[in-house]
Amino acid sequence: MKKIKSYSYRINKNDFINAGKVSSEIKKNLKKIGFTNKIIRKLAVISYEGEMNIIIHSEGGGIELEIYEDKISLNIRDIGPGIDDVELAMTEGYSTAPSEVRELGFGAGMGLPNINNCSDDFKIASSENGTKIESTIYLE
Amino acid sequence: MKIKDIKDILKAKIYTGEELTENKIQGVFASDLMSDVLTTEFFEERSILISGLNNPQVIRTAEMLDIEAVLLVRGKIPNEETISMAKDNNMVLMTTNYNMYNACGILYSKGIKGLSNEKNQEL
Repeated sequence: MKKIKSYSYRINKNDFINAGKVSSEIKKNLKKIGFTNKIIRKLAVISYEGEMNIIIHSEGGGIELEIYEDKISLNIRDIGPGIDDVELAMTEGYSTAPSEVRELGFGAGMGLPNINNCSDDFKIASSENGTKIESTIYLE
Repeated sequence: MKIKDIKDILKAKIYTGEELTENKIQGVFASDLMSDVLTTEFFEERSILISGLNNPQVIRTAEMLDIEAVLLVRGKIPNEETISMAKDNNMVLMTTNYNMYNACGILYSKGIKGLSNEKNQEL
């Protein structure tokens, strides 16, 4: 299917001050285009959890929002150190986040499960070079 | 119930969004864990978030889910950044002196039910 529009956002390591800013912009762009609140909310959750993961765990990365005629994809990519055990990280409640992150209200081990739950299609690949998540929501 | 009624019941102080307190809400979610709040994305109800987490992340989380009002417990005073983020997002931000348990209990006794999904209802 034809790609209609795409946006690219950069996210810096440990940038807790701006945490959520990218997701806020993504949400505003989706609203401007006119998707339903339900679809926007799911994408906002995926993006926000992904953004927090990049800030907390990686050396930096970014999110690409791709809008097609029949679907919307969020590609969340970061540079190292990667996830040791992806299956374990997908378990609700499993977390390797430091305590300062918990003080922000995150690091409860729900990030990846939340992303998965909100996605119609979810792919994750991780190595010591980084992590790639491809989350897709199909438009009705 | 109107947001204003919740404000009155819990003797809350409003920081932003006074003009939005006539809006009605249908459900409440209470948590200090933002990822737990982010599991509520499937709800359509107009809602309020009660939290002990006093930082901008509580507003960001509410923003992502179209939550209309955030109520902080135990008299926590939000900082400038948190207040201005709530303002930018057209959100009511208020604080009550009640602790989390009592704030929730009082609202529940007045007939406001919590948002819940099927998984929680099985418990």
